[in-house]
Parts: sequence; C-alpha cells; structure tokens
Amino acid sequence: MTTPTSPIQDTAVLGRSAPVRHSTTSTHLLEVTDLKVQFPTADGLVSAVSGMSYSVDLGKTMAIVGESGSGKSVSSLAVLGLHNPKRTLMSGSIKLDGTEIIGLSEDKLRRLRSNVAAMIFQDPQSALHPFYKVGDQIAEAYSEHHDVSKAKARARAVEMLDRVGIPNPLRRSKQYPHEFSGGMRQRAMIALGLVNDPKLLIADEPTTALDVTVQAQILDLLNDLQKEFGSAIVLITHDLAVVAEVADDVLVMYGGRCVESGTVHEVLAAPRHPYTWGLLSSVPTLGSEGTELHAIRGAPPSLISLPTGCSFHPRCDFASRVPEGLCSSVLPELSPRPGQSEHPIRCHLTTPADIYEDEVASTIG
Amino acid sequence: MTEPMLTVNNLVKHFPVREYRGVFPTTLQTRAVDGVSFDISAGQTLGLVGESGCGKTTTGRLITRLLEPGEGQIIFAGTDISHLKEKALRPHRRDLQIIFQDPFSSLNPRHTVGTILTTPLQVHGLAKGKERERVQELLELVGLNPEHVNRYPNEFSGGQRQRIGIARALAVEPKLIVADEPVSALDVSIQAQVMNLMGKLRRELNLAFMFIAHDLGVVRHFCDDVAVMYLGKIVEMGSRDQIYGAPQHPYTQALLSAAPDLNVVRGVPPKERIRLVGDVPSPINPPSGCRFRTRCWKAQDICSQQEPLLEPKAPAGDPLSAQHTIACHFPEVKSHLVAEVID
Repeated sequence: MTTPTSPIQDTAVLGRSAPVRHSTTSTHLLEVTDLKVQFPTADGLVSAVSGMSYSVDLGKTMAIVGESGSGKSVSSLAVLGLHNPKRTLMSGSIKLDGTEIIGLSEDKLRRLRSNVAAMIFQDPQSALHPFYKVGDQIAEAYSEHHDVSKAKARARAVEMLDRVGIPNPLRRSKQYPHEFSGGMRQRAMIALGLVNDPKLLIADEPTTALDVTVQAQILDLLNDLQKEFGSAIVLITHDLAVVAEVADDVLVMYGGRCVESGTVHEVLAAPRHPYTWGLLSSVPTLGSEGTELHAIRGAPPSLISLPTGCSFHPRCDFASRVPEGLCSSVLPELSPRPGQSEHPIRCHLTTPADIYEDEVASTIG
Repeated sequence: MTEPMLTVNNLVKHFPVREYRGVFPTTLQTRAVDGVSFDISAGQTLGLVGESGCGKTTTGRLITRLLEPGEGQIIFAGTDISHLKEKALRPHRRDLQIIFQDPFSSLNPRHTVGTILTTPLQVHGLAKGKERERVQELLELVGLNPEHVNRYPNEFSGGQRQRIGIARALAVEPKLIVADEPVSALDVSIQAQVMNLMGKLRRELNLAFMFIAHDLGVVRHFCDDVAVMYLGKIVEMGSRDQIYGAPQHPYTQALLSAAPDLNVVRGVPPKERIRLVGDVPSPINPPSGCRFRTRCWKAQDICSQQEPLLEPKAPAGDPLSAQHTIACHFPEVKSHLVAEVID
C-alpha cells in the first residue's frame, strides 16, 4: 500500500488535534499557469479553457465564478487530472503541492486524488455510488491511502460522518445514498472528500441543488472544516451572493478565460470589468422590485467559435468607447490598470473605475 | 369590492405511497398539500416560496388542474373548477396557463417551434386562418426571431426555450399564469432577461401570476404578495414589504436569514444568523400540531398539541395588517434579516 503523504501523522484514528499545515514547497499550494484545455469534436475544436492562471494558498478560499460554458468546471477537473488524455488537449502548467499535474501518469494521479486534493460535485446523487453503502464508500477512500484494517477504515468513515454533522452516524454509515436526503448526501460527499485530510478541496457548485437553509448549513460546515483542517478551498459557483459570504479571492471567467481577478472585496465591491458589472446588475436586490434588471444582452459565446478580439465584445455596452475597434480585433491582456484598477482585468477600457463610479454603480443593488 | 379572479379554499392533495416494510404491505399518504387557501386578483402577482417538498409545485399543478384536488375548492372566474371533467374544463384552461421549470423537458423535442405555438391555438379554436401571423407575433413578443419558426427545441439555448414556453402560455391570451420556477434553470444573466420579459408582459397584458420559486431575491423582485409554505401548509402570507421587511413566522425568518447576501462585501452590517437544525420532516408523517415545531427554537408544549391557524396577528382595525397572516403561537417581528445597503 502507498504510504500516507499527508503531513498529519496518523497515529490514532480518533482524537486528533488541530493540525499545523505546511505546504511542501515554499510557494503556493496550487499554481495554475496559462492553462489551456481543448476538446477536438466532430463539430470543431472546443476551446473550453484558453489560458488561465491563478494560485491558491492553504487556509484560503478562491471562488471561480462564471456561467455555463465559461470553462470553470473544465479547469477544475484538469487540476485533478480528471480529463481523458485521449480526448483532451492540455497545455500550460498545474502545480499541486509542487507536483506537475499535466502529463502525470494515472497511477501517480491516483495517489494525489483524495489525498492531496479532493473534489465534491454539484449533484451528490450521481457522485455517490448507488449500489454501495455510504460508509463503505468513505472507508474505501480511506483505505486506498492508508494501510489500515477494515474495522479501522469503517470507524474512520463513521467519524467523518459525525464530523460533517450527520446524526446517528453509525446507523447512517450502513445505509445507501438513496436513503439520505439531499442535504445529507452533500454532507456525505464532503465527508468522502475530506476523509484523507486533503490540502485542497475543490467544490463544484456544492450547494446549487440545495435549499437555502441547507445551503447555509453546508457553507457553515465547509467554513468550520476549513478552519479545523487548514485546507484550501476552490469554490466553483455562479452565485455571487455565496461568493460574497465565503470567498477570500475571486476569479471571474468568461469564454474560457479569466476576465477579472482579485480579492472578494475588490471584485464584488469595486468591479472593473463590464462582464462583472453585468453579472452584478443581473442579480435582483433590495430596491430593484418592480424595475427592469439591467441584463446583459445576447447569450454566452460558442466555445467552438469564440468572437475575435475580446470574447465579450458582442455583448458589451462599452466596447464603442474604445477607439479603433480594438475590442473586436485584439484580445486584451489580463493586467491591472494603475490608478483605475489595482487588480487585473482583461479589458481595453482605460478608465473603468470612472465608468463604474459614474454610470454602473447606481444600477447595482 | 370585486371578486378575486382565483380563490383557493382549503386545498388538499395526498399521494399514496406503498410501504413494503413489515409483514403486510400498507399504503401511506404523502400529505403534499394539506389545507391551503389564498386569493389572486386580476393583475396581481402572488409568490409562493418554500423549500423542496413543501408542496408549492403541487399547488401550482392543482390550480391548473393538471392534478385533481382530494379536498377543497378551486374557484376561477366564478366557476368551481375543482372537479370538472376535461371537456368542461377546456374553456377555462384558456385563461389559466402554466410555464414550467425545465426548459429542456417542457417542449416536445419532435415538434417545431411553429407547431408548439400553433397547437394551443388549434385546441381553442383561435386565430383561425391566421395561425402563421399569430405565431410570428408571439415570437416577436418574447424576443425571438420569427424566422426560426421551423426550428426544433434542441436548436435553441435554455433561455430561448424558456421564452418559447412563455410564448406558448401567452398564445391563448390567458388571464392568470402559474410560473413554476421559470428561471431557476437559467444562468444569472439570462434569468434577468427572462424576468424583464415577464415583467413587461405582465404590465402590457395585465396578467396575474402565481410565481413559484425558492429564490427569495427573484420572488421579491417580481411579486406583490408572498406566501411561505412549509410541509404542505402556508405558514405566513402578506405583501412583499410585510414578508421581507417584518416577517413574524420563525420559518420565514430562518429562510430570509439563510439566504446569502451580496452586500456583505460593501461594509453592510451582517444580518442576524438563524441556523435551523436538522432536516425537514417527512410529509408522510408530519409533526402533530405545528409542523415546524421540530426545528423551531421557540417551540413549547402548545405547539405540539394545537395547530396554529393562519390568521392576522396585528391589532384589529388596521386594514393593511389584516392582510398579513401568520400561523404561529408565538409570532415575533424581526427586521434586518435582509441586509440593507447604506448609501
């Protein structure tokens, strides 16, 4: 069996104290550099991710925000090496705890999955195996990475179910996923994701399918667990309110590229990209009752034929302010604008801060 | 005072469930809707909020008679439609339409958009000889290109398909539309487009809506009045301002408190956090007395013995407060559950 690579010494299954986490390298826990993911299909080459760079540190939460077809889920699956290498073209670099993921063998990837990085998905119904008891699924994930007896693994599973707030954990561990409610299934999936104390947890729309009160419980749980285990979280979502409440940093994706990134305060309270403005003004808020929401016209682009230049320009209300038709011909660089935007944006506008203050801020909340 | 367009009285719908545990199989009842009453007037929008399993979708289906009620009455435009047979129901269906949640399963994939929109006209004998023009008009009304009339649903995006669903509901010029989670399945920017469309049509055509949703922000944006459902019953009902500004039922308060708020990044003081413990009980065996008591922080003995009635709690005499009804033995106003932006 493989030896545990977790820095926490597993001397006892039960009763551990709060760990001190260290990354094995002195840089970021997760470092994604110029990631490109493309899928050759019969209809053409789908450019799901066209150059994405970001980093996440232990104990922090990074939210990746975007709508359908923005590339957010595809980029996160790439972090765990979950794309089929025969059908995917990937370039760039993904360094997870110092190890390069792109091109890594399936064998080595297996050792990292669940151990160093784990993922929880939107629909717990389909992520949990319907034919196996919940406790057995969690125990299996544990024994894949730890040389322990079956009894110890099952005890660990019960401990995790208890840790995620499922009452009667011993009884529940012997049940099947369909016997759990939606919220409980999501908790079970979180238990499954955290059973090996991964340094990084990727949560892909973990609460979208849940009721608002259950969502609140799950978000609180993730927060508590992050404090206890010291893990980094990458949260993929389209819900800006959830981002406001839980994230430290935000990355906004559109058409497979990052268009704005910064701290949650920067991106949501002082946004500088027209797409982010559009997203924020699309959300109904106190005071918007009965009025028209300032919606983004048009529809998200096809990833097979992205618009030339800036992918957002056909839907942008401000493209006309940029001289020489730059928006339709030149792809903007992702960079800060000293004096106008302290955090990087991918846009040709030279005065986004002024435009935001004068024209946009009043349409948002 | 004019009669409301739709009056629902003590609506009940139970679904049988076969249980195979034990020696003999038994039939239990899922009490999906267990005594619901409300009115909707012409041009009014009533939002029906609640979480999964509260009975809101079932209520919508009962009103449009996609289901037949077990008990109770549905009176639409003066006629009791609760148990009418299909033939007698048909003319009323023209006035009472529905928009479904899933833009992918609510359109027949083998019909063109033209067929989807022409069928209701044919069923009700409308626009005879002028079906083509009417379909074109409808497509334009919802912001779709009339040239796409011969396309199939799979050639449209989710937002566009939802617009087709709206056009289909509007084809027969209804008076009331039940919109069952019409924007939940759509991306945020498309949600805003469809919401704006529905708002515009509502104003132009003076439509009444029953808007079923779990997204509290969307309901507040669109609805004049709101009813909150829990386990088959309405627990609180009132105007939008009453429900969002001064909710009195603990469940409503918990719902509002649980909704994440975008404004926390703008230095707005965080609202009170109410966290409910546990899961929703099963509608097969709801708790005695008040159904919410198993998760309520205020529950006392009386809550398990006596079911609270949905009634106004304000001092008599104030006509506005009479509109705000709460089903609770210990109602208490809590404001500031919706964080407010300080300019």
